[in-house]
Amino acid sequence: MGKVVTMAQAIERFVPSGCSVLMGAALESLIPFAAGHEIIRQRRRDLTLIGPISDILFDQLIGAGCVSRVIAAWIGNVSVGLAHNYRRAVEAHSPDRLVVEDHSNFTIALGLLAGGLGAPFIPTRSLLGTDLLVGNLSLRRSADPDTGAPVVFVRAINPDIAILHVQRSDDEGNAHCWGNLGVSEEGGLASRGVVLVAEALVSRDLILSDPNRVLLPSSKVVAVVNEPWGAHPSPTQGRYGRDHEFYRAYHEASRTQEGFQRWLKAWVLDVQTRTAYLTRLGEERLKQLKPSRRLMAAPVDYGY
Amino acid sequence: MNRDGTYTAQELMVAAAARQIRDGELVFVGMRLPLLAFALAKRTHAPAAIGLFECGLMRDEPAPELLYTMSDSPNVAGALWSTRMINVMALLQQGAVQLGILGGAELDRFGNLNTSYIGSREHPTVKLPGSGGAADIASLAGRLLIVMQHERRRFKGRVDYVTSPGYGEGGDWRQRVGLPGGGPAVIVTTLGTFSFDGNTKEAVLASYHPGVTTDEVRQQTGWAIRVSPDVHETPPPTEEELAIIRHNDPHGFWTGR
Repeated sequence: MGKVVTMAQAIERFVPSGCSVLMGAALESLIPFAAGHEIIRQRRRDLTLIGPISDILFDQLIGAGCVSRVIAAWIGNVSVGLAHNYRRAVEAHSPDRLVVEDHSNFTIALGLLAGGLGAPFIPTRSLLGTDLLVGNLSLRRSADPDTGAPVVFVRAINPDIAILHVQRSDDEGNAHCWGNLGVSEEGGLASRGVVLVAEALVSRDLILSDPNRVLLPSSKVVAVVNEPWGAHPSPTQGRYGRDHEFYRAYHEASRTQEGFQRWLKAWVLDVQTRTAYLTRLGEERLKQLKPSRRLMAAPVDYGY
Repeated sequence: MNRDGTYTAQELMVAAAARQIRDGELVFVGMRLPLLAFALAKRTHAPAAIGLFECGLMRDEPAPELLYTMSDSPNVAGALWSTRMINVMALLQQGAVQLGILGGAELDRFGNLNTSYIGSREHPTVKLPGSGGAADIASLAGRLLIVMQHERRRFKGRVDYVTSPGYGEGGDWRQRVGLPGGGPAVIVTTLGTFSFDGNTKEAVLASYHPGVTTDEVRQQTGWAIRVSPDVHETPPPTEEELAIIRHNDPHGFWTGR
């Protein structure tokens, strides 16, 4: 079965304590929540989380004590507000002290692009004059060697592992992904390895019938996990919509440390598998999140 | 609800913000009120405006359903372009995006925004989510429209941390630090609108909303504001504008009805 493993095996083998992990690369969609929850269950510690924005996943990992450093542009709850565990970690060092390396979305993208290109840094004109540059070794003010004009050098970012959620993959990690891609391509190329979480396992022939839709070279992929609904509560185009209510309920539940611990027990620690998690969500809720209609793209002709 | 009960402050803000979008412009849209403003402009005076979203989307038609985030499925289906973030940011950095729309937690007299740290960076009293794409939009867009809640604690003489650059310390600061974008053009708040002085780059009160006095704006602002000599009442939303806003936010999720 090629690279196909269970989620528990993928995290056990490829996400050790102390490593750097890219997640949430597509932004608010395709967030690998199932993988994040398995990281929490396996009690990983001292992780560096990398991502442009994180719609509550980073907050959950921070609250569970898995994280010592974040390299991110934004950590919060996109449709509701601030991230309570992130706040507690930065403001009160609870449960642990957290090092924050501030970025913008563009500089995260440029850092990963540089990492994937094998370039040491990429210059940009964004962020000049901002406080994001103060004391930030990843974003250094410099000058254009010809004109002397100010630029910012964005240092390359090379995560140890990227966890990317996709609609479908074959068992070698040749995968199709569609919808907004965010930094998925750059992030996959920049990482030393990629764990793909796929809604569906499909044949190699199906993937190769549309090579332009392939996300990244399967040579980067170290594991393929077949985990339907693995991105819930974030949306996966064509499979399920965003569960807005889940984000609102999480926001309320995580206001206090105790409330978060109860949430964590109910939705992560007491549900050892994604199947158990889906049972807890209930058939009715899953049905409501499914698309009400199909919107098929026109087939393309690769004939020659 | 407005004092005469016909529209909310948020609906007025959406209408005022929409008027800043010009036909045919590429607009970095954002979420919440700015997204509703873009949808309103499209249906009224700017049918050829195009919206950009940093998750990697470009849209001509606003999504047919209320969005909670820019990556919601209805925003992808029928997009002009569904791509990588870097491609959308490329348009921004090459100067092709005429307008960016942003909100913020704190703002100062030169239009700098803070969405990162309240208090010091080392010992913040509140850790806010951070830049997201906001600092890039403020750095690189042709001009910037800021939409935010007007409260004294938010409108400070100097922000604690500059996440998204306005005019820095004023005057030619943007040129000196090398920022390519034009900087803030207008602030739309819950109480009025501000434009910026051409030389000092300080925010100047341009209009007050119906039922609001300039004194009230002064009280809710943390610095001694300058008032434009031709300050006037903000034109309220028309019936047509209200109908479109309510069609796009039917339950008042963002506009607080």
